[in-house]
Amino acid sequence: MNDFLLIRKNLFRKKLRAILMIVSILVAFAIFGVLAAFERAFNAGEEVSEADRLVVVNKINFTQPLPIAYFNRVAAVEGVRQVTFANWFGGYYQDPKNFTVVMAVEPESYLKLISTEYAFTPEMTEAFVRNRTGALVGEQLAAKWGWKVGDRIPISSSIFSQKNGSTAWDVTIVGIFGKNKPQADTTLMLIQYAYFDETRSFGKDTIGWLVLKTASPALNDQVAKSIDGMFANSPYETATDTEKAFNKAFVAQLGNIALIVQLVVGAAFVTILMIVGNTMVMAIRERTREIAVLKTLGFSGGRVLRLVLGETLLLALIGGTAGLLLAWLATRAMSQSLGNFIPGLSLSPGIVAAAIGFMVLLGLATGLVPALNAFRLRIADGMGRG
Amino acid sequence: MSDLPLVRLAGVSKGFVKGKDAITIFDKLDLAIPAGDFVAVMGPSGSGKSTLLNLLGGIDRPDTGEVQVAGSRIDALSEGELSAWRAAHIGFVFQFYNLMPMLTAAQNVELPLLLTRLGKADRRRHVETALTIVNLADRAKHYPREMSGGQQQRVAIARAIVSDPELLLCDEPTGDLDRTSADEILGMLKALNRDLGKTIVMVTHDPAAARYARRTLHLDKGHFEEKELAA
Repeated sequence: MNDFLLIRKNLFRKKLRAILMIVSILVAFAIFGVLAAFERAFNAGEEVSEADRLVVVNKINFTQPLPIAYFNRVAAVEGVRQVTFANWFGGYYQDPKNFTVVMAVEPESYLKLISTEYAFTPEMTEAFVRNRTGALVGEQLAAKWGWKVGDRIPISSSIFSQKNGSTAWDVTIVGIFGKNKPQADTTLMLIQYAYFDETRSFGKDTIGWLVLKTASPALNDQVAKSIDGMFANSPYETATDTEKAFNKAFVAQLGNIALIVQLVVGAAFVTILMIVGNTMVMAIRERTREIAVLKTLGFSGGRVLRLVLGETLLLALIGGTAGLLLAWLATRAMSQSLGNFIPGLSLSPGIVAAAIGFMVLLGLATGLVPALNAFRLRIADGMGRG
Repeated sequence: MSDLPLVRLAGVSKGFVKGKDAITIFDKLDLAIPAGDFVAVMGPSGSGKSTLLNLLGGIDRPDTGEVQVAGSRIDALSEGELSAWRAAHIGFVFQFYNLMPMLTAAQNVELPLLLTRLGKADRRRHVETALTIVNLADRAKHYPREMSGGQQQRVAIARAIVSDPELLLCDEPTGDLDRTSADEILGMLKALNRDLGKTIVMVTHDPAAARYARRTLHLDKGHFEEKELAA
């Protein structure tokens, strides 16, 4: 026998009570795991953003277009080192439910600008630049549909149509790219803007947004002001911000995910803290005499305190680990069905580490009062003697 | 039995405050119990029998005076030092056994040994020896709920002697038992005193139980009166 056996035996002396407490904690950590995975997935764009990158969108809303002529004018602004543009395609494959991130881009400048997060080989870059109907596909997307280089596939748009009335564009896969940053999403497809623009039935010579790299992050404010000032009072006024702020604003369209996570998890934790804390106080109070006996045998106050804290820690770790396991299974299942909408949905090591930290905190917080009570207990009082 | 006192109380006073009244339990109490003695302490309710055991076991402290047990001035020890001292020198036997219900007999007996540096194998050997002494070796894996009151008290005695303490403090050890079981327990305590030389201080209300002791001290109004010596 050792202290751990004593802790375990004490914890499970009333099995139903222990199981109910474990289930409460399990539910809290399952909610935490899933919501944190969602938050991380939503904020992945923010994490991969570069400090010297700015995004220029229509001031009304980022879904409104900008004239393609802005590309050259922005490139000429002092402090701008590189610039590119993209247009949201609103893509899907075969069926509208197979939502796919497709962007029509200017090949050369776009690949150059995002090469920090994506791994483009010189061969695939050259093939994409030279082939107007060529497409580059992220490895996760290619793996999902079993696509390989050379495949010709129809990719449809839920927004645009061709002049001939078709909503599908035939593209040839000229490369499958990986990533340079772990948070980067490879469930996207890039097609040539020129091919898209010359065939679409409306919106010709407009683009969705510009992305640019400044000579230094210190110039960001100055460059942003110059660009927005240049287009002020025009039919297409711009709003220029850092890529991080842009991605954050994009996520904010879906609501404040972080706030939702904090509120839901916070509410669950406080509720469970009260339930488990109260139950543990009662459980230890029921054992007052036994604690006094332990002290009589020579167990010090500190050791008794550790035994009680060990009990609540064990409880939190069992329930929390089971909850995380459930969250892992849930996010795995959801990433298969929601992978196209929310790429990168998974329990990251950071989430697991945070959860373990919360388990320890929960264990200590729920055990603190009963442990201190046990620590302070006078043997004579515990034995029922005056 | 040695002439050297294992237990010595010198000028011990102890009282408590109840409402506005200060109640005195002992006033300058002196006591000496030699090593190897078996003393029964009797007295009316409220005479301070349990308080005396608490003082001897380092559970309570005197207001004034000295308490010396097994060579230590325990009234001067800190709480932490008292815990370690109790683990090394004192074995307790309670009226209601006070076994841990979720532990087997062997695990209950092993509890005090968790406070020693003994390895697993040595602990197991000590537990087997203690359970053999109280004739419960075959019940090692039984839980308290699976045993009679007498058997549970024998487990409690095994727990009290497993770390080989010099002094056994027994608080009404037969108070919750029928006569047969009580005699069995008292016979066992007598054997521990006679054969293993354990010094025993036993609080009891039962004159029949007191007859198993070598001598009986009557505690009344804060003073001892030695009334009889057992055979």
